[in-house]
Amino acid sequence: MKFITIDKKDWAKGIEKSRETYRLFGPVKDKNGFLIKRLEQDILPDMEYHDSIMSAKSILFPQTEKMLSTTLDDSKKDHHIMKRDQIDTTPRAIIGIRPYDAKAIQLVKLNFDTDDYRDPYWCDAYEVTTFVGLAINKPGPFDFSTSTGTGPFCEEGLDILLADLDDQFLAKVLTEKGETFISACGFDTIGDEKESSALFDVLRKEAEKNIVSHIETNKLKEKTILELHEAPFWDDIAFSCINCGTCTYVCPTCWCFDIQDEVKQKDSVRLRIWDTCMSSLFTRHATGHNPRETKVQRVRQRFMHKLKYFFDKYDQGIMCVGCGRCVKSCPVNIDIREVCNIMNSYEKQD
Amino acid sequence: MENPYLPYPVRIDDIEIATEDKSLKTFKFVFLNPEDEDKFSYHAGQFAELSIPGVGEIPIGIASSPVEKGFVKFTVFKTGVVTAHLHNMKVGDIMGIRGPLGNWYPWDKLENKNVVIIGGGFAFTTLRSSIIYMLDPANRSKFKNIDVVYGARSPGMLLYREELFEWEKRDDINMHITVDGTDDPDWKYHTGFVPTIVEQNAPKADEDTYAIICGPPIMIKFTQPSLTQLGYKEHQIIMSLENRMKCGIGMCGRCNIGKELVCKDGPVFTLEQINQTPKEY
Amino acid sequence: MDSYTTKIRELSAALLEDEKVDFVIGFKQGTIPMATSPHIARTPEQAQQLIWDNNCGINLANYLTNRKEKIGIIAKGCDCRNIVTHIIENKINREQVHIIGVPCKGMIDKAKITLLFDEEITSYSENNETITVKTLSDEKNIDKNEFLKSNCITCTHRNPVIYDELAADLVEEQVIEDPFPDVRRIEEMTADEKWNHFEDLLKNCIRCYACKNACPLCYCPTCFVDESSPQWVGKGQDTTDVRTFHYLRAYHCAGRCTDCGACVEACPMDINVRDFTRKLNKDSFEMFGWEAGLDLSKRPPLDVYSPDDPDDFIK
Repeated sequence: MKFITIDKKDWAKGIEKSRETYRLFGPVKDKNGFLIKRLEQDILPDMEYHDSIMSAKSILFPQTEKMLSTTLDDSKKDHHIMKRDQIDTTPRAIIGIRPYDAKAIQLVKLNFDTDDYRDPYWCDAYEVTTFVGLAINKPGPFDFSTSTGTGPFCEEGLDILLADLDDQFLAKVLTEKGETFISACGFDTIGDEKESSALFDVLRKEAEKNIVSHIETNKLKEKTILELHEAPFWDDIAFSCINCGTCTYVCPTCWCFDIQDEVKQKDSVRLRIWDTCMSSLFTRHATGHNPRETKVQRVRQRFMHKLKYFFDKYDQGIMCVGCGRCVKSCPVNIDIREVCNIMNSYEKQD
Repeated sequence: MENPYLPYPVRIDDIEIATEDKSLKTFKFVFLNPEDEDKFSYHAGQFAELSIPGVGEIPIGIASSPVEKGFVKFTVFKTGVVTAHLHNMKVGDIMGIRGPLGNWYPWDKLENKNVVIIGGGFAFTTLRSSIIYMLDPANRSKFKNIDVVYGARSPGMLLYREELFEWEKRDDINMHITVDGTDDPDWKYHTGFVPTIVEQNAPKADEDTYAIICGPPIMIKFTQPSLTQLGYKEHQIIMSLENRMKCGIGMCGRCNIGKELVCKDGPVFTLEQINQTPKEY
Repeated sequence: MDSYTTKIRELSAALLEDEKVDFVIGFKQGTIPMATSPHIARTPEQAQQLIWDNNCGINLANYLTNRKEKIGIIAKGCDCRNIVTHIIENKINREQVHIIGVPCKGMIDKAKITLLFDEEITSYSENNETITVKTLSDEKNIDKNEFLKSNCITCTHRNPVIYDELAADLVEEQVIEDPFPDVRRIEEMTADEKWNHFEDLLKNCIRCYACKNACPLCYCPTCFVDESSPQWVGKGQDTTDVRTFHYLRAYHCAGRCTDCGACVEACPMDINVRDFTRKLNKDSFEMFGWEAGLDLSKRPPLDVYSPDDPDDFIK
């Protein structure tokens, strides 16, 4: 395992050098919080940030994305035949992504890259992206990532994991992509493997000890879908929900989308747009029939999907990485941790 | 792998008005690129996304059968934005088809079995595909008895009328055509709702008999008890579900019910599978 | 606020015990600092979870729309005005609601308090007008009145305009000389400055519709943004579509908005959508002398016509 030490005085220069080959993304301050955005010229990722309001999923899965286009002008060649635009293969790097967001991307990959179908837009972007993670030394009070199969120093889905050591970064290079990025920056001070490895271990244990928020998921698997679906507690959980889309949009593992055709004069584009199962239109058939007409059905669907259906279907744990964004952003403070514990501890009364 | 969102370009070759109230039309499409037709090789029971640039896409069951070459047929009910636009299109217009999508009726499991097909209204499309497949000389011997119960509101609302009456004359298939009611004195077939006709005419179940049902939720709701009464077990009843879909390839999450994605794990399910899934369809 | 909480619990439990209502809608303690969650109490025991503090900014009138039951509701000044509007607009009948009015001294602006710290806030507590906020390594005591939500700063209807019982004594109403300085500031901008102001305001909008769904006024069975035959607005983030949504929604609330601030409170991106609605509130006030939700017997200005309505905009 290769470790590189990066003096913070050299950090900016190295990142600027990587711009020669990479398009950079990272956390930047924006009004009242941080957002993961494209880093324009001279803008560096803010490595002191504690969390971003929106997750990094929009780098691979933009909120509005053009899929196909064509012309509706009958006089032009290939009219009405839809085609994909030029694929952009410029390498990208997301610098400062949190380990739970990187794990979330691995969970989302299960959806977009299957044996039967491969979503070219998401997968092509994924293949050219290098994930440079920033470990969390002091997890915040809403971080419950250790209960969801990841953690503040988790390496899954990352190409490099950076630990912040005050005056320097210690980089653990995890993959070939990571190796290429480090070279592109020109960071070449190799750290002692044994010492660095031990240091990572110490920091990880310290960080994990600081996680104060936990959820229980040990009994979710043994319950049946119908048992949880018919449980009586959904009405009270759903009461305060206003069916906006906030939780789904800030969530790094939510992937539902809509496909819309838009026309401007004679040009037609087919767009992929984020969508939310919270919307009353989500399941409405063209005939007007709506299987999830009421609010409680939609709220139940979201939590059942995240904590049960996904768990049963893929056997990779729950569809949540414990980032706490939905907990913080929900306008009416519906807390997935509470819901998970209610579901986990539910015993059917006969 | 190819881009699953990219439709194969097709041309509308023929449009037939399928029902007397003009709410359904049968479209015949021909692929602009002959090699796309091979790529589109499908099984009876599957669906495709009909794609109209600038308007949208709709998931429609494939009405033509795999043994019919050179074209694909779909029967579409006018009910929303895309279907209304499609109904106004003309022969020669260009659009797209994505597919084939979804799973299909379990043809390998149905070999050497009696098959009872039950359809209602305009859900008969994939059942037409199935019947033509089974009756094809290359396939007929794979199946034992074939019974079909198909009902609509009135004679003019039955789909594929000419073909139905042709099949009725054959002796290798038992047709039980019915309408809810009619004042046509020449009506030769049954009158009555599908569940009743099923009770009266469908064969009793045994280990070697399977039933395929396709129809509006209300018809299925009342037909199921009739089948249960005749002894059909949950794993012997095969259904095709409908749901709101967008991508058709199991990625956008819209058609998710329980663990299943109707567009990818379905739309064909056994009653056994459906009973383990929340009733959100 | 403890006396408020005690009284609210007492009154709610009594309503439920005497079966005067099917349930009571109020707030319960949130699971994170500076949060409360709308709560439905169906039994006197569940009524003991009701609380009242400086974080009750969401408008509970939102939960009354089209309900058929008899409902008890804990409503502060602006919420009561929205109940009046709901009754005028036939979204609920007066006989159905038993209003426990709460005279309000303002709610706090969470975003403003969060900006005081570099880390996440781990605890919040209040003692009369003093608020104590802590993070892992810092602690501050602040005066509530310096951190009020901006709609509370200019509020002149803190007392419930309609109620069946009160949870506390009436409070003194503020006298605000100049209620619309923020609107005037924008009105006085040049066209370019205005354009930039609104572009900057909307640039982070993620079309989550939290603002629309938190608003009691937005109850259309199918909102104009969801219509498909014909489709009026695109669903993506094309800036024209984002602007269309916000501008049109503000106009649909013209003459009806009570400036409760639930929209801003709900927005995850902290967009001050009140910049749109406040302008229309100012116009309603200055042109028609109208403030929404004050009088059950009066219809809003866009519903009625009078020959001496101002018409100097007709050139």
